[in-house]
Amino acid sequence: MPTSTDPGRPDPEATTLALTRDGRPVSDRGDTVCVIGAGASGLTAIKNLKEHGFGVDCYERETGVGGAWNWRHDRSPVYASTHLISSRPFTQFPDFPMPDDWPDYPHHSQLLSYFERYADHFDLRAHIWFGTEVVRVEPAEGDRWDVTTRSTGGYGPERTARYAAVVVANGHNWSPKLPRYEGLEQFRGEVMHASSYQDPAQLRGKRVLVVGAGNTGCDIAVEAAQQAAQCWHSTRRGYWYAPKYVFGRPADQVNDSLLALRVPRRVRQWLYHWTLRLTVGDLTRYGLPKPDHRVYETHPIANSQLVYYVGHGRISPVPDVARFDAYGVELTDGRRIDPELVVFATGYLPRFEFLDPKVLGDDGGTGRPTLWLHAFAPGHPTLAVAGLLQPDSGLFPLAHWQMVLFARLLRLRQTRPERAAAFAAKAQARAGERYTGLVKDSTRHWFEVGHADYLRAVQRALHDLEGSR
Amino acid sequence: MSERVRVMRGREWARPVRPVRREVLAATPELEEGRPPLLFVPGFGHGAWAFAEHWLGHAAGRGFPAYALSLRGHGGSDPAPEATLRAYAHDVVQVAAGLPRQAVLVGHGAGALVVAHALARYPARAAVLVAPVLGGWATFGAALRRNPAGTLPAVFGGRLRLNRRQLFSRELPDADARGYVSRLGRAGRRAQWQLLTHADPEPAVGRPPVLVLGSPDDRVVPAAALTRAARRYGSAPLLFPGMGHDLMLDARWREPIDAILDWLAKDPAPEHRP
Repeated sequence: MPTSTDPGRPDPEATTLALTRDGRPVSDRGDTVCVIGAGASGLTAIKNLKEHGFGVDCYERETGVGGAWNWRHDRSPVYASTHLISSRPFTQFPDFPMPDDWPDYPHHSQLLSYFERYADHFDLRAHIWFGTEVVRVEPAEGDRWDVTTRSTGGYGPERTARYAAVVVANGHNWSPKLPRYEGLEQFRGEVMHASSYQDPAQLRGKRVLVVGAGNTGCDIAVEAAQQAAQCWHSTRRGYWYAPKYVFGRPADQVNDSLLALRVPRRVRQWLYHWTLRLTVGDLTRYGLPKPDHRVYETHPIANSQLVYYVGHGRISPVPDVARFDAYGVELTDGRRIDPELVVFATGYLPRFEFLDPKVLGDDGGTGRPTLWLHAFAPGHPTLAVAGLLQPDSGLFPLAHWQMVLFARLLRLRQTRPERAAAFAAKAQARAGERYTGLVKDSTRHWFEVGHADYLRAVQRALHDLEGSR
Repeated sequence: MSERVRVMRGREWARPVRPVRREVLAATPELEEGRPPLLFVPGFGHGAWAFAEHWLGHAAGRGFPAYALSLRGHGGSDPAPEATLRAYAHDVVQVAAGLPRQAVLVGHGAGALVVAHALARYPARAAVLVAPVLGGWATFGAALRRNPAGTLPAVFGGRLRLNRRQLFSRELPDADARGYVSRLGRAGRRAQWQLLTHADPEPAVGRPPVLVLGSPDDRVVPAAALTRAARRYGSAPLLFPGMGHDLMLDARWREPIDAILDWLAKDPAPEHRP
């Protein structure tokens, strides 16, 4: 007879014992943990929970693993030329390295094959229900959770299963954030968000305006410089454009040599400015605005080519957009430009449409969760959000350690409940903590963390939890 | 063994190990039976050939996909005179992560030490330490007593030499023994020094079950060292009296590999200590 922790379709007939609050039948999945999403964070959640002896049911709305990194998925933001912006050692899962003959900054298709191999190597696919989306997640008694699912697209009946814990790993780079501009509706040209940008052919021969200087915005501006008839790049402020290589080595590896020596942030900022002055030089000479902040105070941009194409005159840096009209765009400095295509690389907002915002500590309905370590919800000790981070480095190792911590916490709930309770109290007291130095206040920096500060905090939490210090 | 998990590895991230071409020999069963793949890691001086001789084929014959790698600077892998223990462990993890499914790591001699370090960086399905040379001054003392001429040069960065009386029992025909000894290479001098100076391996990730086996008549690893190694992993060593250090090449090579495969066939559960 199968036990409740076996991987298997939750079967409502077999174990319908309880009812939800509004009276629907629930199949009880015992100690099994539910993981929402089979992207990078979801996969590492399954792997680590499984490794700690838990049964896992994962629901994935698409038909493959890899989430955002699978270009076949309709919510995937990747475009043909997407390459990593953090080098391999910072991007791979710490216990499953990428092949060492891969380039320093692999392509998105390599990353997808990496996640597929991760899923096969640790036999994770048997735990994933593909083509199934989560409709609702509601707290039930005893810190358990009722998860209601149905086939993607809304076909078929809904079914509800009760789980011991839930990992939310639905990603935060799929719901486009579109700024409002006066007159945008009248604009006769083409308008798109970067999420629907896929291929440089979309830019070929056009006059293109790219709005936003995130890593995506800069990539698209560079592709427009190579393909389009003309390219304007509109930014709110001046930024630091960090090259991908310094001193012949990936820039993040050079930066981490300093972090390993525990060089203070002010000194690192000074060294950084000095290196940039020696290599790239004065950005205002190229016509770029002077950065209004010190480096490390906004999310880092790793792009060696942007400044180069500005130097070629292929990219014209322009200030913020003031308003649109039928045939053009007015900029905040009064200039008028006439693009045919406007690409908004203005980022994404997190969305948890299946969850009451209050559960994640978002009482004001602003969309910004208040969590401890950006993962643990106060008052809900069996809920974790995986990978809701905007690190200055690769995300996947951070998600891995979040899930190691969560798996050990769930284990201790069974063996040493007093330790788990102390952890829950800490999550309550320290929700909303930041793990970075001063950053600009913007939705873009809600989840900004310094990878070293954050991992040290997770390491401390792990040692506290296990009482090994 | 320290029990604290290490999250921060700033120095390692900043200085990744240089990639090399690695030799991997394989023997796979004709019929896939769902057994976990085995990855054999030879000790210092040995290459993948040492396992290709008998054990790879035998394991495949019993339904286990079997692979053996040559650490950098050994066998058919690229030369690497400045290799360190970290680079060797990197080689093991790279090959293990490249296998289709979660692998069982089998390390022999100093290869067992490499495996012990690799276990902190790869959640193996299980691990087997065969005649493990985990380093330390006691092993050095034993080697110095039994083979001073072969051991002393290593102190000064020369090659660590093992003679056939250390490696094989008298049952193995002399010609074979000479043939094997002539194929031995050398490990990097820094890796050799690290046998004495290396830090204790970090805790294994995923808490794999670990089997330790060896011979009480091994002239490289004293019986006391075997017991100590097994105790680290909470068990007792499995002993094969009358065999030399190179259990995979000695005359009665069949007994230890059968014991390993029997243990794996029982599907030992991962440890779940609170």
